[in-house]
This record gives sequence, structure tokens and C-alpha cells, in this order.
Amino acid sequence: MALLQISEPGQSTAPHEHKLAVGMDLGTTNSLVATVRSGVADTLADEDGVHLLPSVVRYSANGDVTVGSNALSHATTDPLNTLASVKRLMGRSERDLTALEGYLPYKFTRHESNVPRIDTAGGAVTAVEVSAEILKHLRQRAELSLGGELVGVVITVPAYFDDAQRQATKDAATLAGLNVFRLLNEPTAAAVAYGLDQKAEGVTAIYDLGGGTFDISILKLTRGVFEVLSTGGDTALGGDDFDREIAVWLLKHAKVEIDAQAGQDHQLMRRVMKEARRVKEVLSTQQEAHISVRLNKADDFEITLSRNQFETLIEPHINKTIAWCRKALRESGVEPTDVENVVMVGGSTRTPYVREKVAEFFGKEPLTNIDPDKVVAVGAAQQADKLAGNNPDEEMLLLDVLPLSLGIETMGELVEKIIDRNTVIPVTRAQKFTTFKDGQTAMRVHVLQGEREKVSDCRSLATFDLTGIPPMVAGAAHIVVTFQVDADGLLSVSAEEESSGVNASVEVKPSYGLTDIEIETMLNDSFRHAKDDMQMRQLAEQQVEADRVLESLKSALAKDGELLSEDELAKIEQCKSILLAARQGDDSDAIKQAIQDLESDSEEFIARRMNRSVQQVMKGHRVEEFE
Amino acid sequence: MSISLTDSAATHVKNYLEKRGKGLGVRLGVKTTGCSGMAYTIEFADQLEAEDQVFEDKGVKVIINPKSMVYLDGTELDFTREGLNEGFKFTNPNEKDRCGCGESFSV
Repeated sequence: MALLQISEPGQSTAPHEHKLAVGMDLGTTNSLVATVRSGVADTLADEDGVHLLPSVVRYSANGDVTVGSNALSHATTDPLNTLASVKRLMGRSERDLTALEGYLPYKFTRHESNVPRIDTAGGAVTAVEVSAEILKHLRQRAELSLGGELVGVVITVPAYFDDAQRQATKDAATLAGLNVFRLLNEPTAAAVAYGLDQKAEGVTAIYDLGGGTFDISILKLTRGVFEVLSTGGDTALGGDDFDREIAVWLLKHAKVEIDAQAGQDHQLMRRVMKEARRVKEVLSTQQEAHISVRLNKADDFEITLSRNQFETLIEPHINKTIAWCRKALRESGVEPTDVENVVMVGGSTRTPYVREKVAEFFGKEPLTNIDPDKVVAVGAAQQADKLAGNNPDEEMLLLDVLPLSLGIETMGELVEKIIDRNTVIPVTRAQKFTTFKDGQTAMRVHVLQGEREKVSDCRSLATFDLTGIPPMVAGAAHIVVTFQVDADGLLSVSAEEESSGVNASVEVKPSYGLTDIEIETMLNDSFRHAKDDMQMRQLAEQQVEADRVLESLKSALAKDGELLSEDELAKIEQCKSILLAARQGDDSDAIKQAIQDLESDSEEFIARRMNRSVQQVMKGHRVEEFE
Repeated sequence: MSISLTDSAATHVKNYLEKRGKGLGVRLGVKTTGCSGMAYTIEFADQLEAEDQVFEDKGVKVIINPKSMVYLDGTELDFTREGLNEGFKFTNPNEKDRCGCGESFSV
């Protein structure tokens, strides 16, 4: 018979109506799948009882695709066809490849589309397809474990993932035949796993130290919504550094010259690294570890490493993570004492000294009772369970916010933000724009993402044209631009001219993305350049204003120029040339002054034009008719 | 009248109750639904109703409504693994027939 799970009181489902939902942690190194059974969220193991699935896929010439540890075991013998760390490639463009080619040891093939392809024995594959294989594997494991088809999944992504990277993750899920309820930020998932979303509000720090990457995220909870205040981290810092420190220490004491001998002896290095890893794990529970490693054919080298010695070795690395924490707090404007909870994520947070230093910095004990490797998947599973509707009594949570601001280009190559970063999604915002020139019948909508004021400093997401605007004087058309971001952080933009109803829209589905470092740089730049940007914006705004004034003066002179005497005209022309000169410079105050001068000198002209048009309108009518 | 639990079922129920942080025990029941007429239910029990019958086996309280008791008398609750799948299983002497999927039964 079907195997049953314990339900909450009064919530037993009818046969065939159990909604099976899982959370998936699609990681750079390892992936996990978790679900809620009998009220408890836990990760699901494979046939051998192993929970972690190495995020490695191998493509063979005969078309076979292997995933996980079976693929990983070929990493050294068949490196070009055994793909690891493809998460780093998600949402990347061909253009990003130059920087990556040295970093990831794969052969990339050029292709007419913008998505990079990796050449393997089984054909060229994209990062999305490789990720789909991993997700498919997790899906099979989940369906075998739960005895049925999944209604939906929650997949976690780093908080700094941009639109393109999120879209790529969603595409991979679709390829794997999964229905994505929602993409969830990894730090948010970790906080959910500890039930921190059940609290009213508070600031939480998520300290995530994995094998090769470090991330710190500062989250703020307000009315059930987690806002990412700041993120920071290092993509080349983690537990592997601890192993390396032990290995170097060991070789030094064994008097093995690292560069001369061991560097060339891969077999020896592998043995030493393996031992270093074991010693690190032993030192998480013991005060000292006995090391024994075969250095050459003749003898074993034996030595003891104490926990204190180990801590001295890894201290510089931990200090680096603490420096990132300090920076993230400063950026979010939060004091360490304001942080109510510190959540530990990633296997390397098992090292007691890491916990100690983190506790010391934040002044409180971090939360560690959920397995740090599983905590993200567990939180995702809880969210998936809620979204599947298995707990009708519980309030549905909307948990995500936009990672970077969205806006459009306006005159002067400026970016007008329409939705600010950290706005809770899903969200729809509209803003009115107008035409700049008389008789303008089309408008180009350029959609951008980023925090800076200038178009060239932000990331271009899409461009589309709104055509068929009825000819009107500048400023008369009302064009409403609407931004809609769905629950996964994906954007669609539409523009409509109100009087005529003409409209155009675009689904933003960019085929390339930004690296986490680029995002971080973009954010940091926006802080660093805040003042420059402000001045630049003022200048650009004044330049646009100057153009507008000159444009309207031109059409006014053409129409009613005869209202002016030669002297008056000369004076206005003089002001005009001063303004034109200032317009070419970069002093926004000078432009402003010139505009004011021109406007005050043309006051009389404007008054006469007004009179004339009023007289024209009133010709043949009596004044009373207009009262 | 009796209801019993296997060791594995008792351990898992205790474990789940502990992680949930509240609850008196488990409530077993029978629902009239499904392709063969009836289906088993298993829920956490937070409160006792006046007419409830309570059994205790291996340190776990099993709570049953008298209407369900008619169909469940003599049942043993087990926790088992089938491949990767795991969960609770009812071994019920009253059961006469089952639907193919095993989610419902008749007496």
C-alpha cells in the first residue's frame, strides 16, 4: 500500500490528492533536494544514503549522461567532458567568456546565439542544459522517495543573482520538467529553515562559508518579507583554504620542498590534501589530530597537529570573512548589536573556530543546530510545502525583493528608476513620460538595471519602440510605461500613449548575465560615485532643459518673431548664444544661469505672444463670454 | 480492542512529535473516500475529544475516534522503506480489499 505521512490535525488529504512539493538547492559544488514529511523538513538521500549530489555532469561520446559522484570520479581522467561549477556560467554571455576561459578548463564553441556552449564528446551543451541534468536527477530522486509526481518546486539562487541568472535557472527547471513555484534567495531560505520568517521583524545575518566560496548577507524582516540590505563575499575563499594551510604546514614539517618536489608529484599532493581534509574534520571535535602520510616509498611521516595550531593557521582566512561581515554591516547601516540572529550555512562553518570568531564579532551565538550543508534546501522545502497549499491554515509568504533597481533611459542619457532595488516582488509600477519634440511620433524605451544615474554605467536589458504616437506639441503626449516583475524576479515592460491607446511591450528575457563580482562592483560604484553621479545628473538635466528652452524659442521666433523690435531680437539672440556656449560646457550652474537670463529677457516677448493668441481667440467675441 | 505499533513506527512518531514541538500523540482514522471506499488517515493529535479512545504502546499515545475504531481494531502501525520511499503503513486484519494504488481499502 501507499506509505503515509503524518498530517497536521484535520488536514489529511484524500487519496491521490497529496501534493508533493520539494525544495532544491542547486549549488556550485553540491546540490540537494528536500521535502516536508510528517511535519519535518529534511533532505532526501539516494540509494546509498548519500544526501549531497555533486553538481557534476559527464557527457560521453555514446550519448550517455551521468550526474553526481559517478561523473565526479571521472573529473581527473576525462576533464573536458566532465563539467563542474557550471553555476558560475549561468546567465553569462559570449562576451563574459574571455574572462572565464582561463578559469573553467572547458572548450567553448562559438555559436551564433549569445549563450556560451561547452564542447563535449556528447555534443555542445549550455550551462542551462547541464543544470537541467542536475535538476532532473534531483527530480527522479524526489519522485522515487515520495512515490509520486511533483506538483512544484522551489529552487534557491544566490541573493546577488540578476534577472538573466534567475531566468537561466528557471529555464533549466523547465527543461528538467519541473514546475517552479518560485525562485528563493539562498540566505532567505536559510532564515526560513530556522523559522525566522515567523517572527514579526528583525535583522538576520547569514554567514555562508562553503568549500570554495564565502557569502555574507544581511536580511531585514518586516511583516513577513525579507529584504536584502546588503551582500558581500569572496568567490575564492572557503574550507579548501583550510585544507591547503594544513597541507603546507605538513609538508614544511616533513621538510618537503613544495615547489621543487611535491608540486610535481600529483599523487603525493593528492594524498596530502586528503589527509589534510581528514585532519580538519577531526579537529572539529577533537583537541588534536594525529597525522600519518606516506611521503615516499620508504617511510610514513607522522606528526600531531593541535587545534590551537590549526586555528593559528586558518586565522587569516577567517579574519577575511569577518572583514566582509563588517563591510556588509556598514553598507546596510546596521550595527553588529542590531543583528538579532546569525545563521550559519555551508560545511566549513562546522569548524569551531569559525563559530567562535563569528560569535565574537556579532556578540551572540550563531544558530547551528540545522546541518549547515542542508539548511538552504530545508528552507526551500518548507516554502515549497506552503506554496503547494499543504498547510491551508498558514499564511502565504511573499519573500523576495528585487536585487537591483529597474528603470528606463530618459533624455540626456539618464536613467529614471521605476522600481527601486529591494522592492518586494511581485510588483507593478507605472510612470508617465512625455514627448520631447513637437510632432514626435515615436519613442524608444530602453530598459536598464542598476543603481547608477547614467545609462552607460547601468546594464542594458532590452530596447523597444513605441510608434504611432499622434503628432502633438512637445510635452502633450502622455506615455505610461509599466514595469511588472513577477514572483521570480522576471520583468515585462509595456508602454502606452494614453490619448491614442497605441502600445508596445517587451518581455525581458536577456540571454546573458552579470557576475556576482560585477553586481557587487555595480553596487559599490553607486555608493562611491554617488556625488559624481549627482553632479553629472544635474548637468545632464540642465543640458536637457537648455535644449528644451532653445527648441521652444526657435519655434516661437519662427512663428511670432515679428513681434520683436530689432534691439529686442538682438538681446535675445545674445542670451541665446550665451546659453548655447554654456550648453557645450560642463558647469550646470552656468547653464542654469543662462537659461534664467534668457527666460527673463524673453518675458516681454512671451507676454506679447500670449496677448496675440488671446486676441486671436477672442476676436469677434465679447469678454463676458469667457468669464 | 487493541492497536499496536512496531518499534520503527514508535521511534518515528516520537521523533516527529519531538521535532514538531507539541502534540499528545497520533490520531489514526478512517475516511470514507477513495476508489475502494475508505482511506486511512494519520495526523498529529493536539487535543482529546470526549469520546476518543486512547491506546498507549511503546511510549506513544494512539488516539482513535470510536467510529474509526470499528474498522481499525487489531491494526498494527508500521514504518517502512520501499526503495527510496518511506512512511507509515497500516496492517489491518479487518481489511478485505484494496484499490490497485493502495491508497484506499474496503472492509
